[in-house]
Order: sequence, then structure tokens, then C-alpha cells
Amino acid sequence: MSKSYFKTYPNEKGYFGEYGGAYIPPVLEEEMRKITEAYFKISKSHEFISQLRSIRKHYQGRPTPVYYCNRLSEKYSGRIYLKREDLNHTGAHKLNHCMGEALLAKYLGKKRLIAETGAGQHGVALATAAAYFGLECEIHMGEVDIKKEHPNVVRMKILGAEVVPVTHGLKTLKEAVDSAFEAYLKDPINTIYCIGSVVGPHPFPMMVRDFQRVVGIEAKEQFFDMTGELPDNVVACVGGGSNAMGIFSAFIEDEEVTLYGVEPAGRDLSVIGEHAATITHGSPGILHGFKCYTLQDEKGEPAPVYSVASGLDYPGVGPEHSMLHDLKRVKYSSATDKDAIDAFYELSRLEGIIPALESAHAVAHALKIAKEHPRQSILVNLSGRGDKDIDFIVDNYGLPK
Amino acid sequence: MNRINQLFKNKKDILSVYFTAGYPNLNDTNTIIQSLEKNGTDLVEIGMPFSDPLADGPTIQASSLTALKNGMSISKLFEQLKEVRKTVSIPIILMGYINPVHKFGIEKFINKCAEVGVDGVIIPDLPFNEYYEEHQQLFENAGVTNIFLITPQTPDARIKLIDDNTKGFIYMVSSAAVTGAKKGLSEAQLAYFTRVNNLNLKNPTLIGFGIGDHESFTEACKYSKGAIIGSAFIKMLSKSSNFENDIKKFISSIRNN
Ligand SMILES: Cc1ncc(COP(=O)(O)O)c(C=O)c1O
Repeated sequence: MSKSYFKTYPNEKGYFGEYGGAYIPPVLEEEMRKITEAYFKISKSHEFISQLRSIRKHYQGRPTPVYYCNRLSEKYSGRIYLKREDLNHTGAHKLNHCMGEALLAKYLGKKRLIAETGAGQHGVALATAAAYFGLECEIHMGEVDIKKEHPNVVRMKILGAEVVPVTHGLKTLKEAVDSAFEAYLKDPINTIYCIGSVVGPHPFPMMVRDFQRVVGIEAKEQFFDMTGELPDNVVACVGGGSNAMGIFSAFIEDEEVTLYGVEPAGRDLSVIGEHAATITHGSPGILHGFKCYTLQDEKGEPAPVYSVASGLDYPGVGPEHSMLHDLKRVKYSSATDKDAIDAFYELSRLEGIIPALESAHAVAHALKIAKEHPRQSILVNLSGRGDKDIDFIVDNYGLPK
Repeated sequence: MNRINQLFKNKKDILSVYFTAGYPNLNDTNTIIQSLEKNGTDLVEIGMPFSDPLADGPTIQASSLTALKNGMSISKLFEQLKEVRKTVSIPIILMGYINPVHKFGIEKFINKCAEVGVDGVIIPDLPFNEYYEEHQQLFENAGVTNIFLITPQTPDARIKLIDDNTKGFIYMVSSAAVTGAKKGLSEAQLAYFTRVNNLNLKNPTLIGFGIGDHESFTEACKYSKGAIIGSAFIKMLSKSSNFENDIKKFISSIRNN
């Protein structure tokens, strides 16, 4: 039998096919080597795994349920199921990798956690992990997102994190990553950059994926318990791609399961600067220390990006997604702002679940599949809850009649 | 013998100055180079602006964004440098990030460097192994030197490997930090310079990052063949209304206090 997917990717140098790697200034090289080594040595130890399991159960409230959407399925046909990561502590899947990264940081003797955040979910999750482990926490966030995601900014501050506003460029996620890297480079010895998705230099895409695998492992078993079979389709939104890798990972080797990654088509997929559909419209490039599909101009400058969902507007994407696209194992499609807002209200009013705007992109695509394939089952990773988005949506889009 | 080796053979207390191409204005590049040479700069490093420069601090970042807005690009820069060797004889090094270089085409980039008379390049996010496995031959054939950065965290074995695979100088990053002018050198920094010196490398070293005035320059020269000034020079440019004059004043303040 051939080696399993997870033992093949990434390879020893951190590549998923031709993507990934570590394109970083030498200051970080040694630190990345240490973190990689610690990851294999510490995170795979019995002690570490036992601790993380206990945290997941007693602190995060895992396993999160899989839920069958009665009214939504009735209206759109198909059989729609949600993996309820919105019920994970702090309201999104992000805490899964934050608790893992912070536990590793604790073992490494780090004093401070640094990260970027878009929607603020990763920032809140990391601030939570920092409080849990007694570490300092500094979160870099674009000024545009600070305004849009105000409730999460307040949550981070309540949790004791320092929120650093980022004022250059478009003042959103990409610039927040620049700023977090800059802060990290000043003191890589005492701090660790807990990047918010399956992006960045090796070992982060691997590490974040592995900490997110719990989502897929749980969901596969729960779905089987409920139905006696595998889902026909699995759907997740893709910003950097952490929630998607979390749920896809359990099904990658099951070829009968069709996997869909949903990118943000924003206001207009045909206009640069009006979307962030990186795989759909990008080309291979190197950004923030790794190689991936990148939205860029002919000079190699990252293109401006936009999405109504602050957690999705990034001009790069995880290297593993880049490879899975080339391998045609995952189908990458997109949903517009409007699709996402419609799905946001549909799920709220038909099921009593207010999804994060990011997750609403996945729901929107699931509704499309349901209409096209009324006999199939669809498992959606509902990566987060929408409390953070409610003011922004009602103010900008109003309430439906 | 190429211009970089020549320089290190003949001089000490080498003053290298970094500036961002296209900053403050798109067409300042040649004026700045000429003025730097005229006023006693030994080596010039021209930054090719990139929007997300992971190894650079706020000053260089900001200058890069302005330069990009001004319309600077790698092809534009080569166009500006086409005639540079008619007037300038000090070594010229280009510094930039891998993505724009890849987009331009790495082989084309190296050949262009050779063609216009660029002596070396620094690409801080080009991994050593990729250079070693894929590009070294290209560089050597074209006679363009790839210059590597080392930091206080770089293990001795790695420094030696770099030393074996470069033929110009080694760029000693003075602290585990991004670029930016700060005051004074710390004891930890001095210990690191001494450690590197004791390795008896075949390549000379220059100290960079955090050098910004006469005092830090002189101090750095005690531990290496010279030093690189970037952020402090750019700060000066951003305030200058008369380059000729202000560059002259700046260089002489570094050299003579
Ligand atoms: C709820 C939620 N889902 C998804 C994302 C996108 O990230 P990723 O693609 O890494 O899952 C975010 C990012 O902020 C988020 O908050």
C-alpha cells in the first residue's frame, strides 16, 4: 500500500507538491527549524496529545455536533448537514489550532503570542488561548477590520490582549500579516507567531492543518453515525483555508466524496480588487514566506482584494489547497457577497442559526448543490457564528422583509 | 577581478548606503547614485520595492509603498540603470524580494544585472537551498554575486556553508530584527560579531541593520570591513529638498561626525 496522504504531504522541506516551503529572511530560518523540530517531538508526544484532548473536551466543549437542517433541506431539497464549529468555544474553528499552537508555545518557553486577524475570530481565539496558558498576546488588525468587527476587538481587549491597529495599504488582512511579521522579527526568541490559517512558511501550514484535523475526524464519525454512509459532498469556505483543511482532511482519501472549497467572489469576480478568489483567478507566487496561488499583477505585486467577509479577503491561499486544486481533488468555486448575505438570512430564519459571514459563503454554495442534486447529502463546515457581523450586515444590507 | 572583490581588497571602513529605487521620486535613482559616489560612498545598494517586504522595518516599508505608487518596477529600474556605468564606478547591488524577481524571470534578471553592470544581489527571502540547488550556476556564469545575510541565530555550520558558496561579502545582520536605525550596539551584538570573526571566513563581512550615525558606523567598522546604512539615509531623503547638499552633509556626518 502506498504511504498515506498525511505522511506524504508536506514533504520534509515543507512542500505540498510545488507549493509551500519557507521563503523567509534568515532571521527566521533558525526559529522555523526549531519550531518544526518541536512540533514533531513535542506535539506528537503522548503527554501533549492527552493534554490537548482534555482541553478540547472540557474547555472547548468538543466534540461539536453535526446537525441536520430540516427546514433548509425541505426548502432547497438535498440533505444539508452542518458541522457546528460555531459552537466551539469562542464561536469559531480557530480555537482548535490556537490551543494547539499556544500549548506548543508553552512547552517552548515562549512568553508572548503574536498574530494577525481579519474577522477577529483568530485574534479572539488566540487571546483566549493566551489567557488560558498565562501568556501575553498581541494581535495585529487592519483599521478597516477594526471598525467592521468591533465586537471582536472589544472581546480581545477584555481577554487582555493588546490590539495593534494596522494603517498601511488597504488596512485589512494582508497588511495585518505584514505587521505581525514585523513585530515577530523584533523578538523571535521570546515570542511565537501563531499564524491564523494554513498559510505562512513551513511548518505552519502543516501544523495548523493537523490541529484542525479534529473537525474532520469528528464529523466523519458523527455523519456515519447519523446516516450509515459517507457524505456525497463536503463544503467549506476558503480564506487561508484552515477550516476547509480541517474538514477535508478526513475525506481526502475517500474518492466518492466530492470536496468543495468556496472562495469569496465579492462584488464582482471579473474585476481585480473586487474579490478574493485566489485559486479561481490567481497564479503561483510567493507571499508571506510561502508559495501558493496568489492574486498578483504582472510585476509580482499582490493585487488588492475585497470580500464582505473580513476573514476571507487575502490574496494568497494555503499551499495545500493550491496543490489539491492542481490534483483536482478539491473543486474550488466561489460565492458573491450577495449569495453570502442571502444564505446568512436563510440559515438564520429557517434554522435559528446565525452564521459568520465567512461560513455563509459555504452555506450559499451548499444551497446551490442542493438545488442541482436533490438526492445528495451535503456536509457543510459551519466554521463560525455570526454575532460579530450582525451590526455590519443590518446597517449595510438591512433586514429582509 | 569584479568591482566588489576589488573594493574589499583595497579598502577598509567601507561605507555602503541603501536606498529604495523610485523614492522619493520615480527618476531620482541615478541622481542619488551619482551623488553618493561623489561624496565618498563605497558601495550602493538599491532596493527594488515590494509591497510586503518581510525583512524591512517601517521606514523602508513606507518608502517602498511610495516607490511602487510612483511606478517603480524591476524593468523600470533596469531601464534607469542602462547607462549607469558611463558615470558610476563603485559596486552596485540590488536588493529585493523573490516574488517580483520570479515574475520578471530569474535568469533574465541575472542576465540583465550583468548587462547593466550590477555586481551583486541580495534576496533575503530566497532560501539558501533553492539558490544552491537551482540558481548558483546561473549567477556564477553571469558573474553576478549573490550575497547572503546571517544573523545572531545563524549556526556556525550554516555560516561556513554560506562562506563556501559566495564570492563577495557576507551581510551580517546586527540583531534579530528588521531594518531600522537605532542607537548604539549592545554587548550581545558585539559578542556575535566576535564569534563570526573567530570563524576565519574567507569572505569579508559588512554589518547592517541598525547602523545610522558616525558612532555606530565607527563601532561596526571595528568588527568588520564596514557597514550598511539604510533607514537613516531614507529618513534624511524624505525630508530633503536639496539632495546634492543633504547627501553630502549626511555622508560626511557618518564619516567624520
Ligand atoms: C468563522 C470563520 N470562518 C472562516 C475563516 C477563514 O479562515 P480559514 O479559511 O483559514 O478557515 C475565518 C477567518 O477569520 C472565520 O472567522
